Parts: sequence; C-alpha cells; structure tokens
Amino acid sequence: MSMDLDPDEVFRDDEDDPENEFFKERDNTKEFLVYLVDASPKMFSSTCPTDDEKIATHFQVAISSIAQSLRTQIINRSYDEVSICFFNTRGKKNLQDLSGVYVFNVREREDLDRPTARLIKEFDQIEERFEKEIGSKYGIVPGSRDNSLYNALWVAQALLRKGSAKTADKRILLLTNEDDPFGNLKGVIKVDMMRTTMQRAKDAQDLGITIELLPLSRPDDEFNVSLFYADLLGLEGDDLAQFKALIGERFEDLNDQLRKRMFKKRRVRRLRLVIFNGLSIELNTYALIRPTNPGTITWLDSMTNLPLKTERTFICADTAAIVQEPLKRFQSYKNENVIFSVDELSEVKRVSTGHLRLLGFKPLSCLKDYHNLKPATFVFPSDEEVVGSTCLFVALHRSMLRLKRFAVAFYGNSSHPQLVALVAQDEVMTPSGQVEPPGMHLIYLPYSDDIRHVEELHTDPNSVPHATDDQIKKASALVRRIDLKDFSVWQFANPALQRHYAVLQALALDEDEMPEIKDETLPDEEGMARPGIVKALEEFKLSVYGENYKEEDSDIEGKAAPTRKRKANAIKEYGNYEWADLADNGKLKDMTVVELKYYLGAHDLPVSGKKEALISRILTHMGK
Amino acid sequence: MARNKEAVVLVIDVGPSMHSVLPEIEKVCSLLIQKKLVFSRYDEVGFVLFGTADTKNELKEEIGGYEHVTVLRNIKVVDEDLVDALQKLPRGSVPGDFLDAIVVGTDMLIKYGQTNKAKRRLCLITNAVSRIKDPFEGTKEDQVNTIATQMTAQGIKMDCVIVRMKQDRETNRSIMEENDFLMSVFSNKSSSKVVYVESPTSLLGALRTRNISPVTIYRGDLEISAQLKIKVWVYKKTSEEKFPTLKKYSERTPSTDKFGAHDIKVEYENKIIEDPNKVVPPEQRIKGFQYGPQVVPISSAELEAVKFKPEKSVKILGFTDSSNIMRHYYLKDVNIFIAEPGNKNAILALSALARAMKEMNKVAIVRCVWRQGQGNVVVGVLTPNVSDKDNTPDSFYFNILPFAEDVRDFQFPSFSNLPSSMQPNEKQQDAADKLVQMLDLAPPGKQEVLPPDFTPNPVLERYYRYLNLKSKHPDAAVPPLDETLRKITEPDVELLSQNKSIIEELRRSFELKDNPKLKKSARRIKERSSGSDEEREVFNKDADVKAIDSMKFSAKTEVEKVGDVNPVKDFEEMLSRRDNPKWISKAIQDMKNRIFDLVENSCDGDTFHKALQCLVALRKGCILEQEPKQFNDFLCHLSKFCQEKDLRSFCLYLTSHEITLITKAEAPDSEISEHEARSFMVKPELDSQNMKSEAKAEDDIMSIYLGGK
Repeated sequence: MSMDLDPDEVFRDDEDDPENEFFKERDNTKEFLVYLVDASPKMFSSTCPTDDEKIATHFQVAISSIAQSLRTQIINRSYDEVSICFFNTRGKKNLQDLSGVYVFNVREREDLDRPTARLIKEFDQIEERFEKEIGSKYGIVPGSRDNSLYNALWVAQALLRKGSAKTADKRILLLTNEDDPFGNLKGVIKVDMMRTTMQRAKDAQDLGITIELLPLSRPDDEFNVSLFYADLLGLEGDDLAQFKALIGERFEDLNDQLRKRMFKKRRVRRLRLVIFNGLSIELNTYALIRPTNPGTITWLDSMTNLPLKTERTFICADTAAIVQEPLKRFQSYKNENVIFSVDELSEVKRVSTGHLRLLGFKPLSCLKDYHNLKPATFVFPSDEEVVGSTCLFVALHRSMLRLKRFAVAFYGNSSHPQLVALVAQDEVMTPSGQVEPPGMHLIYLPYSDDIRHVEELHTDPNSVPHATDDQIKKASALVRRIDLKDFSVWQFANPALQRHYAVLQALALDEDEMPEIKDETLPDEEGMARPGIVKALEEFKLSVYGENYKEEDSDIEGKAAPTRKRKANAIKEYGNYEWADLADNGKLKDMTVVELKYYLGAHDLPVSGKKEALISRILTHMGK
Repeated sequence: MARNKEAVVLVIDVGPSMHSVLPEIEKVCSLLIQKKLVFSRYDEVGFVLFGTADTKNELKEEIGGYEHVTVLRNIKVVDEDLVDALQKLPRGSVPGDFLDAIVVGTDMLIKYGQTNKAKRRLCLITNAVSRIKDPFEGTKEDQVNTIATQMTAQGIKMDCVIVRMKQDRETNRSIMEENDFLMSVFSNKSSSKVVYVESPTSLLGALRTRNISPVTIYRGDLEISAQLKIKVWVYKKTSEEKFPTLKKYSERTPSTDKFGAHDIKVEYENKIIEDPNKVVPPEQRIKGFQYGPQVVPISSAELEAVKFKPEKSVKILGFTDSSNIMRHYYLKDVNIFIAEPGNKNAILALSALARAMKEMNKVAIVRCVWRQGQGNVVVGVLTPNVSDKDNTPDSFYFNILPFAEDVRDFQFPSFSNLPSSMQPNEKQQDAADKLVQMLDLAPPGKQEVLPPDFTPNPVLERYYRYLNLKSKHPDAAVPPLDETLRKITEPDVELLSQNKSIIEELRRSFELKDNPKLKKSARRIKERSSGSDEEREVFNKDADVKAIDSMKFSAKTEVEKVGDVNPVKDFEEMLSRRDNPKWISKAIQDMKNRIFDLVENSCDGDTFHKALQCLVALRKGCILEQEPKQFNDFLCHLSKFCQEKDLRSFCLYLTSHEITLITKAEAPDSEISEHEARSFMVKPELDSQNMKSEAKAEDDIMSIYLGGK
C-alpha cells in the first residue's frame, strides 16, 4: 500500500520514548473482555427507529455495536482477547453446560481469544442465524430454579480464568434492557436467587474482574438501576448518582453511546506541569486523536510465508572491516569532519527537564490556524502522586475558558523538546452523552524554522486584486447555500483504510471476490444540482469571471507541461532507433535508461522502475 | 551550480544604539552562514556595516556621499572566515543611515547580477531610530520609491529586521514614525518584508537562516462543483525542520589514512526467524499485514491491483460553522492554498470566498487527492487567511482532519461532578484568574512574547553553535544553553518578579502535596532494595501506589505487606483479603522479595528453613489463585540466581524437600507437564532447554523477578 506507515512519525517521539517507558508499562496490559448479551424476548420486542426509517430492536443495537468494536479492535488492539456470550437463550453452548447461556464462536479460535477475520464475518451474520441456531427464551421464570443471569456470570467468569489478573484487565460488559431480572418471581425463591446471583458477581469481582453494565433503555421506560443492578455492581453514593442508563430514542444514538463506553481509556504517560518553581501539578496524557495506519508490516519470505527478521551489519567503508554499531557521528563542515559522541548529541537536545514548564498565557487569537505540526494530546489532572493537582487544574481551566486564553509551556521531552499551547476544552454534552471531555489539549507549536513564508512568493509589487463587495456578497450567498449543518469530523470513515481491511479480511478468509467499499468522502453531487445552489453558483461565477467563464486547461502551466515536452522529445528520439532489431538481438540491455525511456514515452507506457523492469515492459509491449 | 543558489548581502547597523543587541545579531548572522556551509555551500554572501566611523564603499568612490557605510566583504562564496568575522562585529560610533546602506547593498547586488545568476536578497538589521539624511532633491519618500522600483526591476528581495528594544522605544518618536513609514513603503512597493522584534529571542527567530524554496504539492482545480473550478496552488505552510541526520563515524579508518572518509556502510540481511541460517534476498520478500492473529501476505502486484485508487482532485464538500471544527482536530502540518499566480479571476474568486467566509465565521470542508496514484484521500478544513496588504493575495490555510477511525471516544468525569475537595473555592478561583490574566505573554501595546513565527528552535541553535565550536576545539563539551535561548525553555524571571504577589497568593491558596503514603513507601523501598536497579525500584513504587489505592477501602488493622517476622501468616492473610484483587499480586510479589532476601542474606544456610516455608506457602498460594506461571517463573529464576551466586546448597536443599514447579494437573494454566516438573527436581541446574516456556533472553529474567510479565 502506498500509504506511508507513519509518514510524520507522530508515533515515534511520544510513544517510543524509552525514558518514559515505565510510565505506561502498567497501562499496556492486555484486555480480556466478555460481552454478555441479553437475548431475551424483551430485547427483541423493544425497538427504536433508525435513520433510514426502519425499526431496530435493542438486540440489533447491541450486536451492531459489538460488531463495530470488533472491527476497531482488530485494527487497533488485536492482542486483546474477546468472547461473545448470549444469555436467555433457548439453546445452550458452554463448557459448564449451563442452561440459557450460549457462547458464540467460530472455528480455529478458543472461546476467549483474539478476534479473527472469521469471527467478524460470522458475527455479522448472527442476526439471520440467531433464531434458528440459538433462539431467544426467558431464563428466569416462576416455578423454576433456573437462573440464566447467574449462569451467564458463571460462564463469563470461567472464560476469564485464563491468564493472570496482573497482566490482563478482565472485564465483563453486560448488555441488557431488563432492569429487574427477578421481577416476575416472588417470595423466598426471589430473595434467594437474587442473593446467589449477587454473590456470583461479587466472587467474580473479587477475582479482579470488572463488571460493567451497559443498559439499553427507552425514553418512556427508563432503566432503573436501583432495582437490582446497583447492588450487583456495588454502586453507592456518587457512583450511583453518576451512573446513567443509555437512553436514546434513535438507534444511532444508542449505538453511538454503546460504542463509546465499550473502550477503556488508556493513559499515554504521566507528566508534571511546573506552574513555577516549587509548585507543580500532575497530569495524565491521552492520545484521543491519532491517525490510524494500515498496521505494521511483517516481511515474509515469499516462498514459505515465514516471517523474516532484518539484521544490520556495520561496515567501515575505508577498511571494509565489520564493526560494532558505532557510538560516534559526524557532520562534514568546513571541509572537515566534526565528530560527536552519541552522548554529546543527546546533551545538545536536553534543553530542559522532562516536565512541562508553564511560561505564561496568551489570548486565543494568538493561536493561528497554521500553528500546528502533529496531532494534539489530551491532558487530564490526577491526584495520584500530587494531591491537590485536580483542584488547581480545574481552577486554571475555568479561568482560561472564561478569559479566552491559552497557556504556553515548554515541553522538555528528551527526544523532541517543543513549545506547546495548552488549550482549555469545556465539556460538551449532548443528550446521547459526552462529546468532548473536559480538560486541556496540548498543541505542539512550530518554531520559526518550521514555518514557511509562501505568501511572499505570491506578492506582486503592482498589488494584487482583492474581491469587491459585490463578489463577497455573492460568495456569502453561495457559502450559505452549501452548508453542512451537522458536520462532525468523525463522520467519514477512511476509504483507503476500509478498503485495506476489507481486502485483508477477504484474503484472510480465502475469498476470491474483493469487496466494494463505499467512499463516503465524495461530494454530494445530487445536492449540488439543486436549483438554489446552481443559481448561487452561477451568480458567483458571473460576478467574478464575467460572462465568459470557461474551463481553463488546468495543465498548461502545471506539472503536465514538462511531461508533454518530454513526450514530444521521446517521439522525436524514438525514430532514431531500430527497436525491433535491438529487441531481437538482445541489445536492449546495452542501451541506457534514458534511451529506453524514449520507447516507453512514445508509447505512453510508465517510465518508472529499474532497467530490467523497463526492458521487460518494452518486450511485453512489442509482444515478445 | 546549484539551482537555488542565492546571493545575500547582510547590511548591519552597528551604530551606538545597536550595541546592546549586537551579540544576538552576531549569533543569528553566523548561524545563517553556518547553515549555508552545511546546506548550500555555493551560496555567496557580502557583508556591509553602517554606523561605522570609517567609510569604505564603491559608491563613495564613484559618486561621493554614502558616509559611514563600510563594505567589509564583497559578495563571494561562503567560507569559515565569514563565520568568525560575523562573530566579532566591530562597534560603530555614528548613528547609522539605513537608506544609504540599502543603496550600497543594492548596488553590490546589481553589480553582482551583471555577471552572475542567482537569487539576490538583501538582509537589513537595524533599529531604525536614527534620522535619515534629506536627499538632494525630492522627498525621502520619493527616494525610497526610486530604490524600491529599482529593486523590483532587478528582482532583488529584501528582508528587514527592525529591532526595537525597550530603550529604543523611548527615543525620538517622530524620527521613528518617519522611518517606519519609509519601511512600509518598501514593504508595499517592492518584494520586501519588514518585521519588528522587541526581544533578543525573537531576533534570533526573525531572520530566515535557511533558504528552502517551497515546492507545490498540488497545482490544479479547487472544485466547488463541476461547473465552478478555481485554479489553485498548494504548498506546505509548516513543515518541521528536523535535527540533522549525522553520519555514523568509523574509528577503524587508520589515522594514517588522511583521505579516509570514515563512513560506515550499513548492510541489511533478511533471515527467517525460525531458521536464522537462511538468508532471503530482498526481492524474495513479501509484505505481510497483521489482521488479528493472522499475518496476511500480499504481493506488491496484488496490492496495486486491489488498492484504493482515487482520482487526483481537490473538491469542496461544503461549508460549515467554524465552531464545528475544534482546534485540536488539526492533525498534521499545515498547507496553504493560493490562487494560481497571474490568474486574476482565480485570485478574485479565492479572495471573495475567503472574505465571505471570514465575515460569516465559516470554514470549508475539502476532500483532497494531491497526486494521481496516491492511495488515499485526506479530508481537511480550509480556514480563510485574509491579507491586509495590497500586494499579497488572500489565501486559505488547510489542516487535515481525522477520520472516524482516528478518534478515540474516551469518557472522562465532568469537573462539576468531582468531589468538593477537588473543586476550587472562590478564593482559589480568584487566584487562578489573576494568574491567567497577569502572567501575560501578549500584553496590550507590546509585542507578543515567544510568537511561533519568531521563536527559533533552541535545539537547532544549540547544535549549530556547538558544531562551530567543535570544528575549532574537537574536545569541547556542550556549552550550557545561553540566556536568550533559556527564555524559550524557562519562564521569564522578570515577568515572574513583576507578578510576585499573584504567585504568592496562588501558592497560599492551593495546597499541593506529594501523596504522603506514596512518599513513605518509596522511602521504604529504597532502604530495602539491595541492588541499584532503578527499574526494580520504579516497579515497586508503582505496585505500592496501587496498594495504597486500595488501602482507602480497608481497615488499617489488616495486613498490608509481608513482614519479616511471620511472612507465611502475613502472606496467607493478604491472599484471603477480598476487598481488592490487588492484594493477591502484592502478596505474591512481597513474598518473592522476602524469599530472595532470605536466601541472599543467609549465612551457612541459617535462613534456608524459613525460606523453604515461604516457598511452600507461595506455591500453595499460586495454585489457589491460579497463578502457576508466577511461581514457576520465580522458581526458575531463583534456581538460576542460586547457581550464579554460589548458593547451590539452597537448590539442593529445595530438591531434598521436593519443591517442584506447578504442573498442569495442579493448575490448568500451567504449561509444565508432570515430566518436566520431575526433571526440574532431579536436575536443578536447569538450562534453557528444559524451560521452553522461558527460553527467552537473559534480560527477561529480571522482569520475571520483577513481576512475572
């Protein structure tokens, strides 16, 4: 894939800094996750409308969110292990042979294992297969001691027995819309079954397993966590008050909320912000926005498909002796070599301590749109080491928001010391939950060395035209017409990446047909053809270009010009050679690359590649 | 020679009012030359001083006048003498006339241009506070117009850096205003850039020391619809200047070899991991992509056939409120969209859009494929960049936005829901308000402190200075960061002292203290830790933090660590605590440490019995808690440790008491078979062969000890 793996090396500096490795070590553990999905008839009877005017059940919301998370996970955190387990089912499938619990799996995979291409594919079809193969059935009914919730927790706990609690975060995510699972029981039996279920949950928690509840709910029928689950989860006081059911009228809202809650946040590192000498607060940093790339490439031997490792050998160019990796570097300067030791070079880079040092504050207007180099890092306070950090952070955060100012600080990271802007972000909540968390964004500022003064190249001493008021007015009308009202930055999936992973999935499953991916980033041509927009466009055109706007040939002055010239030259030169003879006598290899390109250029063939490639291309074209 | 060859004349004011900033000017000018020596060795530089007592220039000889302007060096190829000369600028004694000096410099460039081809630039550094002489005829403005016209005609560019320190601002205002006006004429009538700086740090960043000629990354249509396409050129607006890549130096080259290059060649060999004797040639390699546990091999041809292939184009998807695009979404370095030069309609169209959008607070969302054959698209945002100068066109900045896959929706607690101890009270909020207001880096009426556009990269500055120092004194140590550069990395002492009372108030209002429990335990670890291994300390500290976290939930009387006196009892009690699972790992870790201490500090085996008891307890605990690997790894490590430390007697002691690894039969997670466990007992000098689960590198051993990762 021609996409660069990490063209800007944004992942290199921050995350691979060995000095800070230990900060994140603890957070780098694997995650073992069991999705415990209620499949009772109630999950199928509760519905919500979708965007395309269909009806979706709560069950559909749950499985579609899980399918999405599996996709994200296989890309971003493929070492985590998952299991999908339905309860309140007609069929049963679990090692303990407990009724009402069905562990979904595919071949070549343990029940709790890394997600595979097959798992994703077959889970996508679960809905059609569900009724036939698994079936939905209430598992807690009067007159029976069966307890499907108890069984489900037991199965999940058994699945999570794998591995040590120290090296893995173990979680159970319980998706249900039933707030009172024992509501239809009475008397001693009810009390007893509730007690044993809670004990089961407590035992799991004692083993280091976190149980999280993702309740689905409807606006008219809110999920009451106090009825049963608060006790099961051990929620009290503040926790209980903060606990919110996922409520949404629409499928998309529910789906969105579920997706957000399924991922556990991971800290990148711990930092100190030195306000001034003797006063510093503790921050945690998080990478909320980072370009996702097509994943690491493992080189394989094409004969055996076995993985390769690359070994480096250092050779002294003067003596051809093999040497150890040298610890000295040099730069030629003034006709001589100036030699540096590796230590000296790192000393040069050490211009500050590893902390974040506050330098002062500026109005937000000082932060220009071109003051950017790489993705921002999110910071959130922590009292873990320095008690009182959060309080001071919150105070500064409020002041900065109110006064519309940002902080300037120097980040003395040893590999990449940089000036940064700390921009306060207020919490943004929508009915469907938190959209922007409260905290600050750390924006890496360019130095003067990094800024290019391109505008100067386009200055014209005879002054360049600026738009007239009428032209601006027409432009305003146009801008108003083509308005993307609800635009949000995350609305587009990356078509190249989607394509890449679809291809990988198809290849991983040995499928012949390559899937088609919809490119969501293409403009809405239908919308642009609406009469209002067309009219605004025409008026703007008339105002700027006058009566005779015509398609200017984009390539006359552009890059195509040299290409065209090259082609003309190739055609001219092409005639000077007896190509068929040269090819037949094997003389092509004696020609220069430039000469070979005359042939290719004259026939509109690609001119890239090594000499052998060029020759074989010519021969193919001649049909030889 | 070089395509982008440049000829520069540095015109420097050395008059009395400039003396205080000359040290910084010396630095920035010598850096300019140094970078040329490294990156563009064929560039040519001339060097003119004004405000000198003496006069030496061709114009004086040819037509007279132009006094106190001294040409120290005619335009010629850069060399190291120039660096030295610029580091020792003579101090002048006469107020300088910058207009005279510009004429002298321009004259040099014109004469140079008659025989040479290169881009020509004049760099003027002055404070422009001295009076300009009246011309013989016409006004000063006329004179400037003439010079500007001449420069434009010749294609000469000029960069003026006007340095105005505090003391300069107190001198004659009317002269300053007149001079500033004359400068603005230059800036409007020729290709001149005038920048004002008010601090030595900004002075270092104000002069472009490296000449990078920008190249377009796209030339073509900005499509609003199929019916309306505007011709634009797209360049990089920001691009990180990286630390130079140095070559590896070979010390093998014999010292007698005067022409030795000292280069190191790096050769790469690909070997099959499972069979390291087999070398695979590069063309036999194939890319494998990770997809879950699978690695999917895809050949380049296959990849080419199936990859996403968008058409080269830049299309506007629509406009939206600027508040919809938060600043922190900007993903990478920034591009700039400028209308195709000379294309009046395109310039106007872009200008109209930019101005309309600015008025309406709108931004445009665009989809870009810069090149044909590029395997991906980017979606980004155009923000208007409206020019306030007549001779500069309006343009747009372009920032890349994230895709859905790039955003992680982590949820954080609302500040309003934090416990009241973490909420600032009124007094605290007031103190914070004052700090944010008063620790001001952009005070009204003054220049912004540390503006990115004028702030040099302190690491690069330091590197080039050190490079020059080392070229003269190869053994020189890295000098400390000088005061001007420290202004970038540290808060300004003056600003702090101005706000002393506010700082004190903040200090009084907020009580910040290190977590006391943390401190104590860290100290405890230090005392106990026998080795100097920092990593171990850090880990232990971390583990204790976790332990302390959990203490909040438990009564003080409960056992929190495995002590000396009765380790087995402590261990068992900790394991039985159910208030927090962390206790289990803490107990196991503590117990391991205890056993090590016991074995290591033994004297003729006096502690072996106690260590054995502990080991038995640990084994039992690890079976109960399903942590067999913890025990097995530990036992292997302990055994190895004893071999190395000449404590073989302890191994024998263990064997005689039939301590074995935990087997699969005892704990399903164990990877050890019955047979392996027995052979371990029989043959305590285990080698890595026996331990296939641990046949890793030596350094893993330490980490096993540390936490059984």
